[in-house]
Amino acid sequence: MSLTLLNVIVAVIIAIAFAALNAAYLVWAERRGAARIQRRPGPNINGPFGLFQPPLDGVKLMAKQLLIPGGVDKVLFMAAPVLAMAPAITSFVTLPFSDLIVGHNMHIGILLIFAFASIGGMSLLFAGWSSRNKYSMMSSVRAVSQAIAYEIPMLITVITVVMIAGTTDLMGIVKGQMGGFWHWNIFPFKAGLFNPLMLMSFLIFFTCSLAETNRAPFDLGEAESELVAGFHTEYGSMGFGLFFMAEYANIVIGASLTTILFLGGWDCPFGFFPGVWWFLLKIYLLIASFIWIRWTFPRTTIYGLLNLSWKILIPLSLFNLLLTAGLLKVF
Amino acid sequence: MSAPIKLRPDETFILNVGPQHPATHGVLRVKMEMDGEYIVNAETVIGYIHRMHEKMGELKTYSQFLMNLSRMDYLGALGYSHGHVLLIEKAAGIEVPERAEYIRAITVELNRIASHLFWFGAFVMDLGGFSPLMYALQDREYILDMLEAITGSRLTYSYYRFGGLYNDVDDDFIAAARRFIPRMRTSMKKYHKLVTGNIIFRKRLEGIAPLTPEICRKYGASSAVARGSGINFDVRKNEPYSVYPEFDFDVPVFHECDSLARYNVRMAEIEQSLRIIEQGLDKLPGGPIMPEKKLKAIKVPPGDYYQAVETARGSFGVRLVSDGGKTPYRLKLRSPTYSNMHLFDESCRGMLIMDALAFMGSLDLVIPEIDR
Repeated sequence: MSLTLLNVIVAVIIAIAFAALNAAYLVWAERRGAARIQRRPGPNINGPFGLFQPPLDGVKLMAKQLLIPGGVDKVLFMAAPVLAMAPAITSFVTLPFSDLIVGHNMHIGILLIFAFASIGGMSLLFAGWSSRNKYSMMSSVRAVSQAIAYEIPMLITVITVVMIAGTTDLMGIVKGQMGGFWHWNIFPFKAGLFNPLMLMSFLIFFTCSLAETNRAPFDLGEAESELVAGFHTEYGSMGFGLFFMAEYANIVIGASLTTILFLGGWDCPFGFFPGVWWFLLKIYLLIASFIWIRWTFPRTTIYGLLNLSWKILIPLSLFNLLLTAGLLKVF
Repeated sequence: MSAPIKLRPDETFILNVGPQHPATHGVLRVKMEMDGEYIVNAETVIGYIHRMHEKMGELKTYSQFLMNLSRMDYLGALGYSHGHVLLIEKAAGIEVPERAEYIRAITVELNRIASHLFWFGAFVMDLGGFSPLMYALQDREYILDMLEAITGSRLTYSYYRFGGLYNDVDDDFIAAARRFIPRMRTSMKKYHKLVTGNIIFRKRLEGIAPLTPEICRKYGASSAVARGSGINFDVRKNEPYSVYPEFDFDVPVFHECDSLARYNVRMAEIEQSLRIIEQGLDKLPGGPIMPEKKLKAIKVPPGDYYQAVETARGSFGVRLVSDGGKTPYRLKLRSPTYSNMHLFDESCRGMLIMDALAFMGSLDLVIPEIDR
């Protein structure tokens, strides 16, 4: 695929459309899913199964006044929601949905996505800091310590996968897992590499992507029973809307990355449909488990969260990194 | 709990939790002096929903004041009117038919379960788990429907009268209550599976906010707050009233003193209340629900009277000083949550804010009942 300006623009537009559509309808799916878990109907008035609810909510949010409280840092306050959404959209450009459907493949794709993800963490800090609200402030401090604590084990597991694949190219990582589901990185039976700890690495990565997206049980940043609404307490209108959409866009990215790194991307175990459908099936199953977890578990504490990362996840992921390196050297 | 840190009282900020905050469940305001996420000092500020119930008690006649009692605590209203009618009956020497006493006990226990169910849901929601609230409310709905059928209201019941009841129970109510008992027992198993055994839930409560028996006695705490700290005190057992001596039930006491112990006490209390209801339905005698002789205006002989009852939130006491007139000379309402709440100030020092709010949830505060 040649690098032309037009190509990139079209890719970005499709990525924005995909991200926005996903964000909107994941909200619907989350509300319906939560309602199902809690034995209530959920949104069911607007359209069949309440399917018109997300666009109507969007219209409502856009019609609201964007209120800027007195005394806030205006530049950061306005920049924060944009900074939350922009990296999420950009990450979609490099995600390969199948061997043909990819916005713009790059040989440093995985690095790019993690670079953008850290900007997302910054936006929470900016929002909390600039809001001039004590609850927002505390929330942003929590969000930063959480982001640091969870990006480290996440990156270590990613390095493990990159070592196995021998490339940072997302397409290359998926191609390395082709040829039957027992070749996926989650399973220990890979030709010439028997690593029983990969399943654990998958769980570590999945836990970290839950924490990265600020989802329950790690939603300390917005812990509504303690910090009211956390970093977006002072945001209304589309300022809030962008944070909300960014959360769901990040969920899609987290699920896509988990699929690409561990579940063989678009590789089909049986070969009925074209690969892209398998990819979508895998990510939506992962997202469904995100929703399921959120409506089942209570929230962890801040020290419980940090202890889990520094005392359990980081040592385990480091151990697996060493083991994988040793196995790669031996076989 | 993390290692104790050295607080810096010179670098603090004031955090206003409430009067409108999701964790305070009402208009309670807590002024917290914070060092980062740690609480250096906390001061509860009450009075945002003060309605002068005690003064109204002095201005209204006994019968007129009766419905005020159920407005004190909107979750466990029947327990409060029970205390009041028992006091007036004791003071004025009114005989109560046995059937009425049994129905009172059954309805009070149903109301206690409803209150504990709501607390359970709200408490887990404080900890960030939403779904249990919906399950608890569904079970509570059965109780509200049952009570609505006999009392006519769903929340602020005025069901008890001096000497008896406003309305007799019918066969439908008894059948519904009998159906409810096994249903609730099944639900309790589900709650224990979903919530009590959850590792995150246990980690958030075990060892958090230890309350020594001394501090409970100092502030006059009762209900699950005291019984979670190893104090075996239940008005139904220690100062028996009504027909409670007839029932065979246990008072759950836990000695861990932490938030989890308070949770366990309330969950065990639901099961004990079910036992009481079961026995009450078996023993329910026939007969009238009001005294044979029609009562005229209540006259209380001069004197000082006190009656305590065990409501869902603890030991509720009514003290009546009468000068023989149509209205009381003084009516003092001792609300249990008022005492339970005040130990928060002293106990939450040095706690993380999220632990402190979980602790506050475990106290089961109902703000209108504090302010009266």
